[in-house]
Amino acid sequence: MPSDLTQYLDYALIAMLLAVGFAIVRLRNLFAVVMLTGVYSLLSAAWFVSLDAVDVAFTEAAVGAGISTVLMLGAMLLTARESEPAGKKRHWAAFAVVAAAGAALFFAIPDMPVYGDPDSPANSYVGMDYMDRTPNEIAVPNVVTAVLASYRGYDTMGETVVVFSAALGVMLLLGFGTGRREEDEEDEL
Amino acid sequence: MSPHLILRIVSKLLIPLIVVFGFYVHFHGDFGPGGGFQAGVIIAVAVILYALIFGMDEARRAVPPVAVRYGAALGVLIYVGTGVLTMFMNGAGEPLNFLDYDALHPDQSHHSGQHYGILLVELGVLTTVTSVMLAIFYAFAGRVPDIKDEDW
Repeated sequence: MPSDLTQYLDYALIAMLLAVGFAIVRLRNLFAVVMLTGVYSLLSAAWFVSLDAVDVAFTEAAVGAGISTVLMLGAMLLTARESEPAGKKRHWAAFAVVAAAGAALFFAIPDMPVYGDPDSPANSYVGMDYMDRTPNEIAVPNVVTAVLASYRGYDTMGETVVVFSAALGVMLLLGFGTGRREEDEEDEL
Repeated sequence: MSPHLILRIVSKLLIPLIVVFGFYVHFHGDFGPGGGFQAGVIIAVAVILYALIFGMDEARRAVPPVAVRYGAALGVLIYVGTGVLTMFMNGAGEPLNFLDYDALHPDQSHHSGQHYGILLVELGVLTTVTSVMLAIFYAFAGRVPDIKDEDW
């Protein structure tokens, strides 16, 4: 059965995600932590491919493993190379928060649909409607693109504006990155 | 001999291919995974790789921060402009809706207008995403000197 084999691939990928997650928590060298978050994104992208969500996997690989890693490196260069060891008391407080959040997640698991359930909310209602209509109305093979750019054109326009405003915020906080120091600009004035 | 000779030569070969792959992802978004957002990130990564290997000054000369600033706004304009364009291209006589791509091409049976419309708005997304990623990278990297080997 091929489906059984992909199931074991999923388990292996999730186990690797767990291992990388623990390594990120344990390490003090921030450079290694930044690189491992990139590895984490790449592993989750591989997992998304295994779940047939190729568009999401593509975005995760490009944004999570590509751009985010570089931006985190840039941010890390502005701080120290090693993180300070935290006190024992903070360990317990953090453990309590993580345990409570984890317990809440386990509590929510029975409400989730079974993997591949044909009657799950994602596989019924509007999702199937898009699958039925796209070949006749949009005539584009990739339904994800049809939903994103045509049916939900307004949403994507809003997202483009959000990305634009994100750059606006960063530029207002950090400057334009023209390579000139503030003192030089004052001299010119 | 300049340091990192292999890195420089390999990235010089790879950077044009990365940009071409970005455009492939954009124009192939109708038929396979990908689209304007992913393509924009890939093209931005090509410029960032150039900056990491050859230094920030070279990268600023290739893609000036001013162009990045205008590009971020231009992409939003392309997207909204496509929507406004469809409102005025009422070939059938009746007024049409904002972002109704069928107006862009008279061939209604094959929905060619949808292809054009999706490509146009995704081009807007690509322009904004590439510019914004580079703007954020320039803003961060402009505050520190270039990465040295000793930093690792």
